[in-house]
Amino acid sequence: MANLTLVQSINLALIQEMEKDDRVLLLGEDIGLNGGVFRATEGLFQRFGGDRVVDSPLAESGIMGTAIGLAMGGLRPVPEIQFEGFMGPAFDQLTNQAARFNSRTRGGLTCPLTLRVPIGGGIHAPELHSDSPEAIYTHTPGLKIVMPSSPYDAKGLLISAIRDPNPVIFFEPKRIYRAFREEVPEDEYTIPIGVARKVCEGDELTMVSWGATVVQCMNAIEKSGKSIELIDLRTISPIDIDTIATSVNKTGRCVVVHEAPKTCGLGAEIAAGVMEHCFLHLEAPVQRVCGFDTVMPYYKLELDYLPDAERIGKAINETLAY
Amino acid sequence: MPVKTIFETKIEHVSILDEHGNFDSALGDGLIPDQDVVDMYKHMMVCRHLDEIAFKLQRSGRMGTYPENRGQEVPSLAAAYVLEKKDWMVTCYRENAGLFWRGLPMEKILLHWMGDERGNHIDECNVTPLAIAIGSQLLHATGLAWASKYKKDGAIACTFFGDGATSEGDFHEAANFAANLDLPVVFVCQNNGWAISTPTKLECSAPTVAQRGIAYGMDCVQVDGNDLFAMVKVVRDAVTNARENNRPTFIEALTYRLGDHTTADDARRYRDADELAMWEKRDPMIRLRNYLEQKDLWSAAKEEEQLAAASVIVSSVVKNAEEIDAPTSNDFFDSMFVDLPPQLQKQRQTMRTSSIGQDPSQISQPAQEGVVK
Repeated sequence: MANLTLVQSINLALIQEMEKDDRVLLLGEDIGLNGGVFRATEGLFQRFGGDRVVDSPLAESGIMGTAIGLAMGGLRPVPEIQFEGFMGPAFDQLTNQAARFNSRTRGGLTCPLTLRVPIGGGIHAPELHSDSPEAIYTHTPGLKIVMPSSPYDAKGLLISAIRDPNPVIFFEPKRIYRAFREEVPEDEYTIPIGVARKVCEGDELTMVSWGATVVQCMNAIEKSGKSIELIDLRTISPIDIDTIATSVNKTGRCVVVHEAPKTCGLGAEIAAGVMEHCFLHLEAPVQRVCGFDTVMPYYKLELDYLPDAERIGKAINETLAY
Repeated sequence: MPVKTIFETKIEHVSILDEHGNFDSALGDGLIPDQDVVDMYKHMMVCRHLDEIAFKLQRSGRMGTYPENRGQEVPSLAAAYVLEKKDWMVTCYRENAGLFWRGLPMEKILLHWMGDERGNHIDECNVTPLAIAIGSQLLHATGLAWASKYKKDGAIACTFFGDGATSEGDFHEAANFAANLDLPVVFVCQNNGWAISTPTKLECSAPTVAQRGIAYGMDCVQVDGNDLFAMVKVVRDAVTNARENNRPTFIEALTYRLGDHTTADDARRYRDADELAMWEKRDPMIRLRNYLEQKDLWSAAKEEEQLAAASVIVSSVVKNAEEIDAPTSNDFFDSMFVDLPPQLQKQRQTMRTSSIGQDPSQISQPAQEGVVK
């Protein structure tokens, strides 16, 4: 066991998978000697050499597209896009190519790759360094998408992602890269993709979140003093609706919390799923505490945009009082 | 300080057998064994016949949109002839001749255009499925070449695209990755003068498309893409450069599609009849047949015999493509992921997305069952 931050846990998972499987190689901007702009690949270039930790040209479509070729060629590439705001240039290769090859070739060519992308706000970063575009990708058939909320989950989910035979996006909530430490086992372990985690039990209300906002939810729950069941999705595509539905059928109330804009965010999908599976058990309309339907502001106002314990607390009280 | 020239370059154009039948012996003698030339000519006859039949299948409603290959047989065929079995051939959608030479069953191409993904399931040879998104495949070829270099398996990747694709960012990113990371890729641009209705001068205002490769520090060459001998020579040089030096090469092959862009297109809207007539005289098969007849390797009788053989082959291919069992809706679920997630299993089993339909236990009143069904 070691007491690690989330970014250290990612680093450890990469080291262990690279040692175990020489098909695993990393590519991305500044990930080599520099160790990545967040230091997620710190020391890996020195440890594994330039053939396995590759500083790529500054071209996101190139990173994504060549990773597809590497994967089809029998390797297990782990490309990195430096910030979620730079996924735009890689969008076509990710959604129209990586996500479709298995289907297009009826299983003839697969794309076992793991795309690592730091995501979300709260770190006083410039424009296009703080967004939460995950729902765009959950709307793309053929991709699995995970987002850890803790150092322990980060390691287990990343190992699962790298070993998964499908293309997986591994979103890294940068706000909690170094926010807290947690005991992370040295030994390898996996966390299954597609299964949510019950963070705490409760019977008055179900709260659903993922990534950095899980921490905000925990704060809000603590302050509320109510009996709230918090579900951390861990995997945001496919969503583990069974775990959510089981909980909401028990509590009758549901609040979804995410950083991304409200409209067509994943909260809408979860609300629809709750409507489908828990209709007769609902005591209140499903509430969404989200980012606003605006552009993510520059950092002076970012805390006004991001859901915090206060906004979540209001939704808890209003939903319970309904 | 005086102004100095710090970099100069040139683009060579390679031609061995021109449209008038002139043959450059210095470059061409011994390049391809006679029997291989005969075999490739015979292969082109089969491909040309398949192209004609495919066109008719579309016109008679038996196949969807189809892009005619007629006139562009040489670049991909020459490359397929040079490549080794372990190499990758990563094509666009006008490279039937090369794909078939590598061993792709012809019915797979028909299946693709008949709206059946099974045409893209390829076990026979290292080729990727036809790429519909222009230029997207160049990065895959670059990645495949990278994987081969990493695995040290000695394979290279050869990729095909049109002049229009060189306007796409993915072309530039692929060229940049391949050159900077020392990857064994051969880029073959089939410059047929048109990107659907857009002339090459709107895609590239430089005197040659070939020189685009210079900016990336790779060898570049322009070649008569309707000349089998010249194509074999430049591809062979490029493959050697890739295999021995891990260096990419950019080949601009000048050719022309004698048909429309696809069966949904009418090239008369944008192309001059005179231009088409000029290129019909440059048809790669005319000069090759004349060459073979002059060397007494071919004759009118052999031509007739091969036409009959092509007809038999193509009839059988069409039969295979049309008589394959109908696909089932399970296919599009089962191939989404290597392992089907439970959410998709439900949709697959019920062919419904409505949750009540997927889970009839949600219906509290049994009498309602008939209603939702």
